[in-house]
Amino acid sequence: MPTRELAQQLKTRFGDLISDPAEFRGEITVTLADANSIAEVCAHAKKEMGFDYLVDVSSVDNYGNDPRWTVVYHLYGYGHHCHLRLKTDVSEEVSELPTVTGVWRTADWHEREIYDMMGIRFRGHPDLRRILMWEGYPYFPLRKDFPLAGKPTVLPEIAFTFSAPLDGGPFVTIAGGKDSTAREPRVRVPESDDVELTARLERRQDIKDVHGHSHGPGTVKKK
Amino acid sequence: MATQEIQVPDTAARSAALLENIAPSPPLPAGAHEELPDLQGEKMVLNMGPSHPATHGVLRIVLELDGEIITKATPDIGYLHRGDEKIAENMTYTQFIPYTDRLDYLAPLANNVAYALAVEKLLGIDRELPERCQYIRVICCELARISAHLLGLGSMAMDVGALTVFLFTFTERETIYNLIEALTGARFTTSYTRIGGVARDLPPGWVEQCRKFLGEVVINIDETEKLLTRNKIFVDRMRDIGVISREMAIDYGLTGPNLRGSGVDFDLRKAHPYLVYDQLTFEVPTGSVGDCYDRYLVRIEEMRQSVHLLRQCLDKLPGGPVNVPDGKTVLPSKYKVLTRMEELIHQFMLVTEGVNAPKGEIYFAAENPKGELGFYINSQGGGTPHRLKIRAPSFVNLSILPFLMPGHMISDTVAIFGSLDFVMGECDR
Repeated sequence: MPTRELAQQLKTRFGDLISDPAEFRGEITVTLADANSIAEVCAHAKKEMGFDYLVDVSSVDNYGNDPRWTVVYHLYGYGHHCHLRLKTDVSEEVSELPTVTGVWRTADWHEREIYDMMGIRFRGHPDLRRILMWEGYPYFPLRKDFPLAGKPTVLPEIAFTFSAPLDGGPFVTIAGGKDSTAREPRVRVPESDDVELTARLERRQDIKDVHGHSHGPGTVKKK
Repeated sequence: MATQEIQVPDTAARSAALLENIAPSPPLPAGAHEELPDLQGEKMVLNMGPSHPATHGVLRIVLELDGEIITKATPDIGYLHRGDEKIAENMTYTQFIPYTDRLDYLAPLANNVAYALAVEKLLGIDRELPERCQYIRVICCELARISAHLLGLGSMAMDVGALTVFLFTFTERETIYNLIEALTGARFTTSYTRIGGVARDLPPGWVEQCRKFLGEVVINIDETEKLLTRNKIFVDRMRDIGVISREMAIDYGLTGPNLRGSGVDFDLRKAHPYLVYDQLTFEVPTGSVGDCYDRYLVRIEEMRQSVHLLRQCLDKLPGGPVNVPDGKTVLPSKYKVLTRMEELIHQFMLVTEGVNAPKGEIYFAAENPKGELGFYINSQGGGTPHRLKIRAPSFVNLSILPFLMPGHMISDTVAIFGSLDFVMGECDR
């Protein structure tokens, strides 16, 4: 299989840095031991091995495990039509690895998105700003310890988040519930449901902590 | 009446000359500013969007202008961000299907198919799908492609001043929506595929309806071409505008008609055939210059090829089941659930826990109307993905704007936006 050969070539060139190629459902994955050499490995893969197209960069949060982050690169070559997955782990204390924007320009927005969603920084990125969330948003929403329902935030006169107005009603999913029964109680008497009530009160308290009151956005006072 | 040929000089030379003009000029030597105080006007910053008719959704772009020439463009996205990837981690694979409708909401059927195929690849059943299911899915994808391209072309033509085309193509899309409604029960948010099959078989008489539509849409495409392809105003607005070289298209990861418009002969349906695309014949059109006009021509030809594909599918459409015969993947029939123990358990497990996926990670990409829609699924086992990343073609295609826009007139922005044909629902996810 040609992709396997390419992965072997990469391993021959970089030695112990590159793991043995693993195969699942016909796809080849190699793991890079040291995240600091990702740019070097990618530059080699592009220049010497014809991986001219960076399909995607994504990140995985292995919450509760060490190292916490995995950054996943999908490489493709228009010349040989081979698809290779390159992974590297980054610990939570470091949360930083070199950028590959110098190798492929398309990495620019992918890396910004990872920074925005997970909070992993890319050393040497020309313009590492938030991309989907607004500038000044305090959290990283794709982390596993960020609740699905969101957290109330406020950026005076620019942006704010409140929980949905129907929050707690009988037809509203309770986000973050431990299983589907808790998430979607199809028939529910709102006030009598202990679990649901506690969640509501907690959320209301969260809003109070931030805004000093618990009602909707209509009453936000200008400072 | 004599017709005038549009003069087309050697395309390679034209492309090279244009790119030279676009390349950033070398910085002025120190002191040059003092020598030319009158020529160096003050830069103006213009905010375009997020709600602007030409941005087709909620794209905001901050333009820095020197007179009418754009010197810098900074796109600002995320106005439609709903956190689809986070949502996916909190529900079963099947429950996420309706969310895929809302990615590229101009081609929901194609998104449904791409997502279902990704999960099926994870489960290892993508080669076991019944033939009829595969043909129906190809029909879905190609109908979605025609629908998305009709809208893309119509709105692009409208933005550069040809309102008639928009009305023409929208009329035709109405017929597609009727077909989709007959097939799925919904016009817009179809949610038609299931893991391991489709929600329901083709309704009676649908194939004939679809054939009738194919006869009509070919005429519509011809009429659209008559209005645009040799229209001097349209050609002047599109030719040599927004030139993307082959190398830049690859470097910025462009996919779909935008990549092929730049002359890269690459189509996932040919390079890595999924479903039954390897049993069907079709051509992959490519451009030569990489300007807006080439991207327009590529889309027109892709629609004709889609019609060709649809005709083949309708002719070859086999009988048989539309779902994999496995109760642990696809919901069993209601009769069996109510009369047999095993099917009852399967139904219960599928609804509460979802399909039991193995531990592992896959990436699957399909050739969607906007480009390569990919799903990276990282599974720790069970019915919910540990991480689901959506590789959205519009997101990647838009990232070229800061490079592409400088040097163009402000009136060219609408032509460039129209020719890149993006959807913000997919870009922002």
